[in-house]
Amino acid sequence: MSITEYFNLLWTDYTLRTITLGTAVLGAICGMLGSFAVLRKQSLLGDAISHAALPGIALAFLITGAKDSGILMLGALISGLIGTFWIRGITSKTHLKSDTALGLILSVFFGFGMLLLTFIQKQPNANQAGLDKYLFGQAATLVESDVQIMIIVTGISLFVMLLFWKEFKILLFDADYTKTLGFNTKFIDVLITFLIVLAIVLGLQTVGVVLMSALLLAPAAAARQWTNNLGTMVVLAALLGAFSGVFGTAISASQNNLSTGPVIVLVAGVFVLFSFIFSPKRGLLFREIRFHQNRTDLKLMKTLQFMYGIAQEHENISHPHAIRILNNFQGFTKSSLKKLENEGWIIIHGQQWAITKKGFKQAQEMYNQKTIND
Amino acid sequence: MSNPQIEIQITAVIVAMACAIPGVFLVLRKMALISDAISHAILPGIVIGFFLTQDLNSPQLILLAACTGVITVVLVEFIQKTGLVKEDTAIGLVFPVLFSIGVILISKNANDIHLDVDAVLLGELAFAPFDRFMFEGSDLGPKSLWVMGIILLVTISLLVLFFKELKVSTFDAGLSSALGISPIIMHYGLMSVSSITVVGAFDAVGAILVVALMIAPAASAYLLTENLKKMIGLSLVFGAVSAISGYWMANFLDASISGSIATTLGVIFLIVYLFAPKKGLISVLYRQKQQKIEVSLITFLLHLNRHDEESERHINHLREHINWQEVQARTILNLAKKNNLIEIKNGVVSLTEKGSVFTEKSLEYIINNRDEKIEPMKEDFFLFRG
Repeated sequence: MSITEYFNLLWTDYTLRTITLGTAVLGAICGMLGSFAVLRKQSLLGDAISHAALPGIALAFLITGAKDSGILMLGALISGLIGTFWIRGITSKTHLKSDTALGLILSVFFGFGMLLLTFIQKQPNANQAGLDKYLFGQAATLVESDVQIMIIVTGISLFVMLLFWKEFKILLFDADYTKTLGFNTKFIDVLITFLIVLAIVLGLQTVGVVLMSALLLAPAAAARQWTNNLGTMVVLAALLGAFSGVFGTAISASQNNLSTGPVIVLVAGVFVLFSFIFSPKRGLLFREIRFHQNRTDLKLMKTLQFMYGIAQEHENISHPHAIRILNNFQGFTKSSLKKLENEGWIIIHGQQWAITKKGFKQAQEMYNQKTIND
Repeated sequence: MSNPQIEIQITAVIVAMACAIPGVFLVLRKMALISDAISHAILPGIVIGFFLTQDLNSPQLILLAACTGVITVVLVEFIQKTGLVKEDTAIGLVFPVLFSIGVILISKNANDIHLDVDAVLLGELAFAPFDRFMFEGSDLGPKSLWVMGIILLVTISLLVLFFKELKVSTFDAGLSSALGISPIIMHYGLMSVSSITVVGAFDAVGAILVVALMIAPAASAYLLTENLKKMIGLSLVFGAVSAISGYWMANFLDASISGSIATTLGVIFLIVYLFAPKKGLISVLYRQKQQKIEVSLITFLLHLNRHDEESERHINHLREHINWQEVQARTILNLAKKNNLIEIKNGVVSLTEKGSVFTEKSLEYIINNRDEKIEPMKEDFFLFRG
């Protein structure tokens, strides 16, 4: 199946529609809540939580014996929350730093999860096949009830986010001020973290525990480059997330042997790369161009200033001079002289140049100009 | 115990010890998550190296993959320097992308290579004895044992040679550059050693559990000691103990060895986290409670010292004045009384001579806020507690 076929089938095929809707909703909620994670410097918390959810999935299966994704998600949620609070306990009660706490919880919980998974695989229970999909995700396993859960959870978190928008925003940018205003910062903090955990757990089936954090971060990091407004960023991140979800699923469905998780992550990664380079205000390309422009402008001005110094010593300022005498000054090239001529600051006659009145004035006021413009 | 069993355990212990040494420095330098990033990001390097060499234990593959690890670090630092995203986001973006490339490379070429995704995540220690190192027809033991053994030896000798330099640059980068030890060289040296160790251990324990082997022993040791040498020693011990007990647990459960080693490490950390004598959760909570009582006691004594009039010092009035719960008020009152700091006559509380001396001392400390004033007082507090 090629990608165009996929999109043609989208409107007729029930399974494809379910899967696509599911990944789109998932990308949207991840982008939305990921914005908060990125801005709160909790990017890697997502990574730790998603890994920490694995033993919960395995234990839920061991206890109930059911493969119902709702129950497995509940297990993931509980174990993700335990991991989160343990991380908080480590950083607040001991002198270990957050990076150690995150790495420790991440790897130990994941190891425990893998122990349980391999233990389950050896059990004489035919029902166990398919828990593997939680490692890298398989969008094809989404059924309508999963998508319903996703939509409901997304709706609830959207509602909560709008309800507490002011509180979330102020906590994000000035936690101390929020406290002095009398908000219950601990409650708001736990609420945001809970929503983030919820989003992660939701995505485990589709993207998998290993790469889930990237789906949380990447859309938000890309959206951050285009705007300085929180509202715009959240909306943009949700859109980018949804697009990555849909495109990623489309590509992975059109090929054999491709887990959805890595493909979605790569698509989101392309968005990030594009934003890093081409964003007009912060992007690397435009930053480099601006930098270059400033430098040539500066060079031009330096050349003009040097010419001004020579012209000053003559009564007639427009007295022509040989270009040769500029040679011991490093800042000029043929093109920069041409530019100066285009600006009307100098006149070039063969191997001679002369400064014009306009150029003289420009050079005279160069330093004042700065202060005037400011 | 059969021969392969012994070989597996020796390999596990060596892997754990080789990971523990760089882990200590990563934890101390607050770069623990770099190990996570490296362990994921080397995957494309390993896959490409495997295409070229067809042998997971070949030195070329290890060097190639280790280069990928160092490149990851450089890439993360580059993104951090652009200032487009915060530094943790930079880590969180780079490694999933590289890891995804690796996973896709594997699944697209699943027929050509003997690497599967499970092996990437978990490694397979149980298979270690099957890949033998043959030299001129004689069997010299498992290949991975040799690889990790050499890595461990190199790590230990680098540690011994550059111990002083590592120590200085870890704890005081400024001082170390003033002394002529470049922190940058130490940084990239450590990164290279970590990458090589991760690649070597990858085969045995997989991408994510290598992180557990690096961080967990160091984190547990850091809660027990503040001496660098002791910390390294303890991490080595924790690593080795968990490797062996993890192996037997896996044997018993018939489950993944590396998962079980990571679980043991987690259990060790949990025990240390709860019961460490000074830094553990229980002793921290206990200390915080003690401090709360001490502060309350001083507040109470200061209040008594401040007010001469009897109505202010009446026992019923006190509680509403300092706004304490009944239980807390009673505890403090009893504590003060037991130490002869106060006396109660007709429901009026007043300071004894000992009490006023002590109050003056604490007042002096509060006003000056100098550490030397509190030193003699600390002994007094210990007396109260007893």
